Amino acid sequence: MTRVLAGTTGKAMLLALFAFTIIGPLANLVLWSFAERWYFPFKLPVAWGLRYWEVVFRPTGVAMQSLVTSISIALLTVVVALALSIPAGYALARLRLPWRGAIMIAFLLPQAFPSVAIYVNVARIFYGLGLAGTIAGVVLVHAVHALVYSVWITSAAFATVDRELELAARNLGASVLRTLFTVTLPLAAPGILASAIFVFLESLDEFTGTFFVGVPTVSTLPLLLYSAGMGGNYQIASITALILLVPSILFMLFVERFLRADVLSRIGR
Amino acid sequence: MSESRSAGLLLVAPALLLVSALFVYPFVLSVASAVSDPAGGVGLANFAKAFELYSGDILYTVFIVAISTALTGLVAIAIAGYLTMGETPWLVSGLAWLYRWPLFIPFIVAAQCMRTFLAKNGMLNNTLVMSGLFDPDQTVSLLDWRGIIVTFVWKQAPFVALLLAGSMAALDRAAIEAARNLGASRLRCLIEIVLPLVAPTLMVGLILSFVIMLSVLSVPLMVAGSQPTMLTVDISFRINAYGDYPVANALGVISYLMTAITAWIYLRCALREHREDAA
Repeated sequence: MTRVLAGTTGKAMLLALFAFTIIGPLANLVLWSFAERWYFPFKLPVAWGLRYWEVVFRPTGVAMQSLVTSISIALLTVVVALALSIPAGYALARLRLPWRGAIMIAFLLPQAFPSVAIYVNVARIFYGLGLAGTIAGVVLVHAVHALVYSVWITSAAFATVDRELELAARNLGASVLRTLFTVTLPLAAPGILASAIFVFLESLDEFTGTFFVGVPTVSTLPLLLYSAGMGGNYQIASITALILLVPSILFMLFVERFLRADVLSRIGR
Repeated sequence: MSESRSAGLLLVAPALLLVSALFVYPFVLSVASAVSDPAGGVGLANFAKAFELYSGDILYTVFIVAISTALTGLVAIAIAGYLTMGETPWLVSGLAWLYRWPLFIPFIVAAQCMRTFLAKNGMLNNTLVMSGLFDPDQTVSLLDWRGIIVTFVWKQAPFVALLLAGSMAALDRAAIEAARNLGASRLRCLIEIVLPLVAPTLMVGLILSFVIMLSVLSVPLMVAGSQPTMLTVDISFRINAYGDYPVANALGVISYLMTAITAWIYLRCALREHREDAA
């Protein structure tokens, strides 16, 4: 009896330790966001309050501008990535392509290489083209990095659409385009939506590319978080970090709903 | 048929064009700039200068990334192993609920979390002091190489654990049950039966993590001081402070080579295993 009890206590302590490791850093972030004053050697904030939340959410503040910039860039990145990936994904899933495997790998390359040196050279190219420090430049950089998600997931989504349904529509006299728009695309829509969410989050959280290509004019939330954190303004940095966490955590909780198992099992094939 | 082929290529072309323009072309530029000689022509002068100035940081980077990858593997095996073979239901479900949290948290947010959590006055030290394990004067700031490793493992171990747990769940349970019935302990089952079967997934996860850790700029920038530091920070500094593209690109090519060597080792292992399977 005592041995069982000791075992259970041991397991509970292990789980508590693990919970502290995972949740502790996040809890520290939350504490900082509500700390108006906090200095050594106090273990908790000396003065609590919402002052910095008000500073961040002030409609004319820097943080709101960064939020609007971040969301605009993320939405534009989704548009660019999907405009390129829906045709590419369809072709990879349904048409006969030479070097299909090599083409799939080509989209993985930007993620499979240490990217800092790449961004440095992209920024140099963009200076020559007048794209450095512009929203368009940042959107293009984010889109390249996100293509592996959008192409691979849309391709998997098209591959799960039952060919028989398309053939039935064609037999009933629908044209190729009409079949595409009324049968194939609607059936692939959940997978395409999932890829759009991946691209949106990838762009929202992107730091390194924006750091090199967007400076000094384009300031997104990750760049604001960086400059506030390095400048010692932990409250602004923590609140910005919490804003960035919201979409990530929502996505983690609902990802299984968007990405069905049959689509998931075909990604990268 | 050839009509469908060219239609397919036409549909893929715009996406491939973007990858060529914004990945392949800058990649070629960086290699060309790295091997350009300041006196004209081709040479290794930039690499010589890069090694002269940054050999310490190159070793530091290899050290941090190697240790982080190894720890990521160990933690991920422990988590996925317990999720698969654990016999205490509440512990399994508690672990399953907890371990995923860092998965979708951006590196920059993780870096800011750790900047406060691991500091001398951070929650980790405060908790150790309050629990009576440490005296207040024993606390040290972990915001150096240790902080970088903790942040990398915190962020990447859940990712590898997710891949591993999926792959372990798909295994045939019969072999595991048989070994358990013959009296093998759970740990022995995990190491001798389960791990060899999921090794390919583990390798893929670890290699992806290795490349990601080599690419992250925000964590070394925010979690640790400026000297010594990782290659990503050196590249950024070389550009922002001196506009020195050749040496920055030489450092970039050194990081490509680290990736290439890892990928080569992986492919060799994968091929050998393939041959053994065939034989």
